[in-house]
Amino acid sequence: MSANLSENAVAATPAHQPGEAAAMIEVRNVSKWFGNFKVLQDVSLNVAKGERVVICGPSGSGKSTLIRCINRLEEHQQGTIIVNGVEMNENIKNIEAIRRNIGMVFQSFNLFPHLSVIDNLTLGPMLVRKMSKKAAEELAMQFLEKVRIPEQAQKYPLQLSGGQQQRVAIARSLCMQPEIMLFDEPTSALDPEMIKEVLDTMIELAGSGMTMVCVTHEMGFARTVADNVVLMADGQIVESGVPEEFFGNPKHARTRTFLDQILKH
Amino acid sequence: MTHSLSAPKVAATVHTMEEFDPDAKLSFGEWAGKNLFNSIPQTILTVVVAACLLRFFWFVLNWGILDAVFYTTDPDVCRAATGACWAVIAEKHRPMLFGLYPYDQQWRLVVMMVIYLITVVVSLTPRFWNLKLLVPFWIVSVTSIFVMMFGGVFGMPFVPSTDWGGLPLTMILFSGTVLIGMPVAVLLALGRRSPLPVAKGFSVVFIEALRGVPLITILFVAVNVFPLFLPAGVEVNKLLRVVIGIAIFFACYQAEVIRGGLQAIPKGQYEAAASLNLTYWQTTTRIILPQALRISLPAITNHIIAAMKNTSFVIIIGLFDILTATTAVMQDPLWRRYYIEAYLFVAAIYLFFGYSLSLYARQVEKWINTGRI
Repeated sequence: MSANLSENAVAATPAHQPGEAAAMIEVRNVSKWFGNFKVLQDVSLNVAKGERVVICGPSGSGKSTLIRCINRLEEHQQGTIIVNGVEMNENIKNIEAIRRNIGMVFQSFNLFPHLSVIDNLTLGPMLVRKMSKKAAEELAMQFLEKVRIPEQAQKYPLQLSGGQQQRVAIARSLCMQPEIMLFDEPTSALDPEMIKEVLDTMIELAGSGMTMVCVTHEMGFARTVADNVVLMADGQIVESGVPEEFFGNPKHARTRTFLDQILKH
Repeated sequence: MTHSLSAPKVAATVHTMEEFDPDAKLSFGEWAGKNLFNSIPQTILTVVVAACLLRFFWFVLNWGILDAVFYTTDPDVCRAATGACWAVIAEKHRPMLFGLYPYDQQWRLVVMMVIYLITVVVSLTPRFWNLKLLVPFWIVSVTSIFVMMFGGVFGMPFVPSTDWGGLPLTMILFSGTVLIGMPVAVLLALGRRSPLPVAKGFSVVFIEALRGVPLITILFVAVNVFPLFLPAGVEVNKLLRVVIGIAIFFACYQAEVIRGGLQAIPKGQYEAAASLNLTYWQTTTRIILPQALRISLPAITNHIIAAMKNTSFVIIIGLFDILTATTAVMQDPLWRRYYIEAYLFVAAIYLFFGYSLSLYARQVEKWINTGRI
């Protein structure tokens, strides 16, 4: 699986036919508690290879927790999570194997502020994938060009705008050449004029056939890119469906209220 | 800015930039009138303080320079003078600087100090920060420092570490403290935040127990109690025991400073490292510690400077560092009246090293802020 973004973006629809492949991510009856608060209630979700899933929902609904469970930034307490055939459990080997397949982009970017952009990008490939400095730098420049900021390579993260930082964060994840990308509200911390540049990068990435799970409130993005839109509320999946159904003909009252609130302004 | 928006009517109440830097364009006369003589009580205060300062500087000028004796080998000349007797430094500098070290071998200490200072300067200069270069350099310089101190080769007589003293001893104690203490401090700080119960428990008990006792107790244990636990015939060099004792004491304090820096690192940094699949040690050494040490640098410097001065505690176990050596030298009945001059000399040496450390720390902060390191 190549992580390269294809140039002709969305036009190149990935080979995702129903029933073609086993689920890339399989979340089965997962529950999680923070203390006494049940943040995930019996959640099940399948993501096929190449599928793009957008998870939306009011804050506190457990959507971030759900995707953070997929790469074990949070631990689930009940149910099963299987990624690419490997079950997520306490076994450090399994955790590493799964994380190797997953890149993650955070709301607050989480770039390493003491390292230059290029060093942020080469750190993982050099330490984890044991690439040479030269090879890692070539790879990093390749992805910086994909996210259209190769000229910022020598700068430090805090010298960049929010949108640029988030694109660096996306490039940093891509340098690990994962098969799955998780996005945890990637545009929520950005000024409106910077949201577009990040979404464009994500749309381009979607066009390359990357398996993506995005927690976002960008409904335009969901409409354009998603194969499956999921609404979560109170730790449960309320509704999921293809964008046309989800936006055009929502079945649940909860979905309608949510869409009303978010699309009104 | 407010002033561009405000109508003329309210302009008088608007704070302008000049107001925040009120002395920006004043002549000295205007400045003094505004800040020193703008009311009767302030004028009185200004006059009194100025009189005291003048009196003090007049005394320093007379005592320290005009009436001082700068060079003589005869203490009676000093006795006749009303000013300072700086001659005592010329007369006694060798036992003060070098302690009990054999007189005719003291040139070795001068060589040692030159090597030491070169090593320190080179090691602290970013241009030389390349381990392939530094490691061989350190091996050579540390070896030659110890060859100079101990001797016993190349026709130089052997000098046991119990006879070392003065400034070289202070340098060795201080460097040993920092070089052993800093890594221990980092490990203790990491241990205290570790999820492993054994590492955490050990660090907490170790830090709290040793922080709770005076340094003198630790030195006493290192020198007098520790040997009792060693099997017969095994002996650990007393100086080494003392250095390790001071280093561990230093490490316990420094560990808490570093822990403060570790706590300031946002959770997102750990999460980003985890999602890149970095191991605990990769995350710690490449992501977390570089940031934590930068954050706690001012406090770390603080403790390092304090450690330099703590070296003088070795007096209690009979080692003659520069301060103790000076005290001992000043027992000489002919010169003992001039102890103030001698201690001022020692204070100047401490000040030189202490201030150099703060200047360097300030420079490091500048390098950090400009992204150079």
